[in-house]
Amino acid sequence: MDIKYDRRSFIKTSTVSVGAAALPLTMVELAFAKPSDNFTFAYISDSHIQQIKGTQFVRNWDRGLIRAVAETNLLTPKPDFIMYGGDLAQMGSKPELDHGAEILSKLNGKVYHVMGEHDYYLDLGEYWSKLFGKQYYSFNHKGVHFVVLNSILTYDEWTFNRWPSAEQRMAEMAGLDNPNGSPFMVGDQQREWLKKDLAKVKKDTPIVVFSHSPLQKIYKGWNFWTEDAEQVQALLAPFDKVTVFYGHVHQIQYNQIGNIAFTSAMATAWPWPYPQSYAQAQQLLPKLTVQMNRADPFFERDATGWQFIDVNSGRASATFNLYNNTTRTVAFDPQAGHPKDQTYQDEDKRISPQMHY
Amino acid sequence: MKIASVIACAALALGASAVASADEFTKEDLARWQEQFDGVVKEGRALWTDAKLGKNGVVCAQCHPNAANTHPETYPKFQKQLGKVANFWEMVNWCIRNPLEGDELAADDPKMTALLTYATWERRGVKLEPGKH
Repeated sequence: MDIKYDRRSFIKTSTVSVGAAALPLTMVELAFAKPSDNFTFAYISDSHIQQIKGTQFVRNWDRGLIRAVAETNLLTPKPDFIMYGGDLAQMGSKPELDHGAEILSKLNGKVYHVMGEHDYYLDLGEYWSKLFGKQYYSFNHKGVHFVVLNSILTYDEWTFNRWPSAEQRMAEMAGLDNPNGSPFMVGDQQREWLKKDLAKVKKDTPIVVFSHSPLQKIYKGWNFWTEDAEQVQALLAPFDKVTVFYGHVHQIQYNQIGNIAFTSAMATAWPWPYPQSYAQAQQLLPKLTVQMNRADPFFERDATGWQFIDVNSGRASATFNLYNNTTRTVAFDPQAGHPKDQTYQDEDKRISPQMHY
Repeated sequence: MKIASVIACAALALGASAVASADEFTKEDLARWQEQFDGVVKEGRALWTDAKLGKNGVVCAQCHPNAANTHPETYPKFQKQLGKVANFWEMVNWCIRNPLEGDELAADDPKMTALLTYATWERRGVKLEPGKH
């Protein structure tokens, strides 16, 4: 790929089309009293590296991740770290995880990982853990407390007793619209751990949580859902500033529930329809969300991408770097008390391709 | 034709009142037609999730869960990327050739019929809007 071209086009789209909303990062940082406390990180998710056979992998999904890695390496200023949001593999196999890890190894900088269901349900995360470490953990960075959860667990009966083979279990969970799947959950053990982890943290410390599935209930039919979302939200409720980032949905979503701001990640592999475009089911997309443009299937990378996050004074601003579309920025608005798209939030600013049906 | 006339003769010979006029059908007819249709929907769903439809293991449902975002009600429509008014089946073939890296199906291939039937069934109740973008 022509890296120079990509870099130019990225800078061009982010400054021209979004205007003041996508100022170069250095300028955004100047707006705050203590610029040293502000930082950025990159967020890549849902690459679904898929093995055909042997050393052959689906080219389309490979290209999405390769491009995200190359562009992330061009970010200026350099992000403090990179978060990988889960579903690196499609069927959880060793060759897929290895191939994905190899592509990710080109990233310059520390990479943290979130577990996705496509990484997990073949061997229950065993090989993933060998490559990437703990499935849930926390760390502190420049005054922000980061928490990573494995939110794609489910009922023990489904995981351990229902399927004749690990391969079938993986295949059943891999189908988004498969009625044989099972709702995701964080589970008792991790919620107990989270409670203890947060007990050590001051209430005015900004908290940023990463999960693969949304820690809110959007549409159960496609597992845009976490069964114990309310219980996790309750543990986060006492803190002043909480941001939750999640993958899985392959589309731009954002929401505010009480003190918690939610923002999703794009996929590098392929986009998903918004749930309300399935005519046979009722579901509620967070009303704050201005939907991304409907994808043009003739552009292989359209409606896929990656994002970088600017953390200012403990609040997050997410810039969605869409490959074949205008860059979008969703930032927490302290006056409104919720995230807002910096260009399209007002009804009269929206454009026709954002109308999904 | 031959079979139909044999059945008609047999019915006449029995003097059965079940000899239908052209515009009549029975509960049994309806049940059979529904069964045939449901079978093709089921077959279409199976193909929608069949890694063998294309050649790289990618399935339709990966991008189109419940056939969402396929918009069968908007066809035929002008497809700017093809530069002409296209039918739904042409777009299905586009997907088979590209994301699935497979060989396209004839328009009247029973597999194509099944795929179109499944996607349209998932969209039931939505009003027809040919040409819509």
